[in-house]
Amino acid sequence: MLRRVFTVAAAVLALIGFWELYRWIWTTTGWTWPFVVDDTSMPHVWTIFKAFGQPTQVNQPALITILFHKSLFTGKEALVGFAVGAVVGFAIGIALAHSRLLQRGFLPYIVASQTIPILAIAPMVVVWVNPKLPGPLQGWGAVAVIASYLTFFPVTINTLRGLRSADPRALELMRTYAASRWTVLWKLRVPASLPYVFAALKLAATASVVGAIIGELPSGLQDGLGGAIINFNQYYSFEPQELWATNVVAAALGILFFLAVVGAERIVVRRAPENVA
Amino acid sequence: MSVVKVDSVTKTFARGNVTALENIDLELEPGEFVSLIGPSGCGKSTLLRIIGDLTPPSSGTVTVNGKPARQARNDGDYGIVFQDSVLFDWRTVSKNIALPLEMLGWDRDRRKARVEEMLDLVELRGFADHHPWQLSGGMQQRVSIARALAFEPALLLMDEPFGALDEMTRERLNLELLSIWEKLGSTVVFVTHSISEAVFLSTRVVVMSPRPGRIAGIVPIDMPFPRTVETREDPRFFELVTKVRELLRKRGEHLLPEEAAELL
Repeated sequence: MLRRVFTVAAAVLALIGFWELYRWIWTTTGWTWPFVVDDTSMPHVWTIFKAFGQPTQVNQPALITILFHKSLFTGKEALVGFAVGAVVGFAIGIALAHSRLLQRGFLPYIVASQTIPILAIAPMVVVWVNPKLPGPLQGWGAVAVIASYLTFFPVTINTLRGLRSADPRALELMRTYAASRWTVLWKLRVPASLPYVFAALKLAATASVVGAIIGELPSGLQDGLGGAIINFNQYYSFEPQELWATNVVAAALGILFFLAVVGAERIVVRRAPENVA
Repeated sequence: MSVVKVDSVTKTFARGNVTALENIDLELEPGEFVSLIGPSGCGKSTLLRIIGDLTPPSSGTVTVNGKPARQARNDGDYGIVFQDSVLFDWRTVSKNIALPLEMLGWDRDRRKARVEEMLDLVELRGFADHHPWQLSGGMQQRVSIARALAFEPALLLMDEPFGALDEMTRERLNLELLSIWEKLGSTVVFVTHSISEAVFLSTRVVVMSPRPGRIAGIVPIDMPFPRTVETREDPRFFELVTKVRELLRKRGEHLLPEEAAELL
């Protein structure tokens, strides 16, 4: 465990070192390829971290406090989106696995759904979904739906694949017990699918954060990281460190989601170490 | 009443137009230990699968416990052990053994009591809470046997259960299997590639020949039980092994039953 913490810390330090070294080489040599390196394109790492402690406007709390609250808001959207996407994705996966006809009919549309850029769908979802939502869900509920749109897909595809991964001889064993379709599903196919499902959930975890941030943009919500990113984009040429700081927080939120899924997998999936995806 | 009655069973596979089995007749009395032996492609595994109603015969009938094979399977009349243990990775040893009991709707206490009996039977008491991947191949196969026997089926079907194990483990498990069989008195159909294994375990050895799969001859093994390590060194053991080997050597030639009888 300690070793692990040490490795992660070393990796972060190496990344910071690389950033600063790159900066130093490009500024001292005056190289301009592939882009001009200066305080705007690549602010110092310490400038970015210093920005956390400073208010962006007078009489406002420090940036870190603001970003913390915004990431709670985006985190809420992402979490609900992730949960809805995971459940819906899993259910669709099970339904498709049980019917060739459904699979042939619906799978192409499910794949096609992911080829449409989420930015193009987001405004429609906001317009359609928001009026239907009860008061407390207004605004962010639609964003959660957009996030779930990104998360369900990998879960569906991997559930489908995972349910089929059951050992044929294990299926035969179940036949010797005269097991019903449901019993085979719950006692064999679903447990066998879990490593696949968790591989998808890891993708979905990070996708849900990205989906929530993007979903906030057309919703005009100012309470989350998406709003902050739009806002700081406008001031990038004066204060680039604020956008960079926001990116760091967004990345941290995504990593947190990812690690939560990894933790859940450790508890749920009891499998030979080499078979854990 | 015979436990298994195979009545002129023929199996042809549509793909490749292969006759896997031709006109097989076989009858097993209660408590018999019958091995099916033969070269690859002689249909011995297919015959076992037909008895278990995992593959339908093309013609002919199979009766298990006086019922059609389909009904016997639905009634849970037999337990099966495959070449691989086919244990569920996500279940502990105990839970793997309890699997068929769950299917039969046994309550928790009853399951627990039976699982403990089975763990004693296959001498794995200390491994109840281990997961399959933490066990050796031989131990995994013992769990698989315990699972097959947990609900006390009248019939045990074994498809090359020790085929993937090393010789030493195999001989030890042979002894264990015999002691379990003597304790429970179940009827066993045992598919194997090994002549000495077949002779050592069985009350009868059914020798099969390929293309088309037929019974080349049946060798009754008239050696006393309990069989021990010394059984393998008995001159009679070698005679019987030789008999089986000679029947096998005639493979490919279409033996008539009389010719096969002469060989014996």
